[in-house]
Amino acid sequence: MDNLIQRLFSKRSSSADTAKDRLRLVLINDRTDLSGAAMENLKDDLLEVLSRYIQFDPDRMEINITQDGRQQRLIADIPIAGPISRKY
Amino acid sequence: MSAKVITITSGKGGVGKTTATANIGAALANSGQRVACIDADIGLRNLDVVMGLENRIVYDLVDAVEGRCRLNQAMIKDKHIPNLFLIPSAQTRDKTAVSPSDMIRLCEELRPDLDWIVIDSPAGIERGFKNAIAPADQIIVITNPEVSAVRDADRIIGIVEAEEKGTPKLLINRLNPEMVRQNNMLSADDVVDLLAIHLLGIVPEDKNVIISTNKGVPIALDGKSPAGQAYRNIARRIQGEEVPLMDLDKGGSFFNRLSSVFGSGD
Repeated sequence: MDNLIQRLFSKRSSSADTAKDRLRLVLINDRTDLSGAAMENLKDDLLEVLSRYIQFDPDRMEINITQDGRQQRLIADIPIAGPISRKY
Repeated sequence: MSAKVITITSGKGGVGKTTATANIGAALANSGQRVACIDADIGLRNLDVVMGLENRIVYDLVDAVEGRCRLNQAMIKDKHIPNLFLIPSAQTRDKTAVSPSDMIRLCEELRPDLDWIVIDSPAGIERGFKNAIAPADQIIVITNPEVSAVRDADRIIGIVEAEEKGTPKLLINRLNPEMVRQNNMLSADDVVDLLAIHLLGIVPEDKNVIISTNKGVPIALDGKSPAGQAYRNIARRIQGEEVPLMDLDKGGSFFNRLSSVFGSGD
């Protein structure tokens, strides 16, 4: 809300927002020691395992590391389309 | 008496560690406490000039550690405050002259005669930094509202936690309220949000800091300057008092004041 008020009434550039967004990502990288490339590999590997058990649309899934205080969390949100059709 | 040891550190150089050490020490001493400030930056002595005591040095930290003098001979009495002392760093020695266990031993010897020991850490994460945090009961991480300083502060907080020295407290230095208002500087809220540790205080950018450093008189003794007031408040919080954050936003518009962090209490 505070930011909304500020944005509505401020016509200036907001380099502070850019700084905060950049820092958020840098700190997550620093704290987890996971580069952007390593994160992509992690996602690919995760998908490979999941696809053995469930059907899902890779475009609708979200896997991110978020900051919770000084703790990092890997949050995966993957809408399940259905069971894998098994052939017995 | 058994002094508590506070170490001021930052990771990045030039964010205001030495100024903060001198002023927190001065503000604590000015409220009647017995305080020693220790310059742990061996080879790059600076706390002496900031405190205005550069002409009084006979013995230094390394002399005391290596037994060339008694510890109280290396303690220089402050010019302005009777119960404030400085243990200066050595200028000519290399940083391996002192070890973390030397620092612990030195502080153990000092503790009975003092209320507070404030240690000025060197920049970086090497030997000098390890020396500075080894005897600490409380670590204060100082940063500026600026990307590289905040990033380094985060690294330091991680290292301090990994060394099991407890969670440090945060001091945000050189905050420019006008730039925050224009959304061109990270606000104190932003920095606290990113680093996720307890905020001990905010020192606003204040040209009086340079003037007082020029003179070698701590800004904390300047009754009128905003930075001096901020340091006095920080010293009171260190002593356990609840002191609200200063309103740094005087003169801002209503909406800016509304969206400012400084009224939110802490």
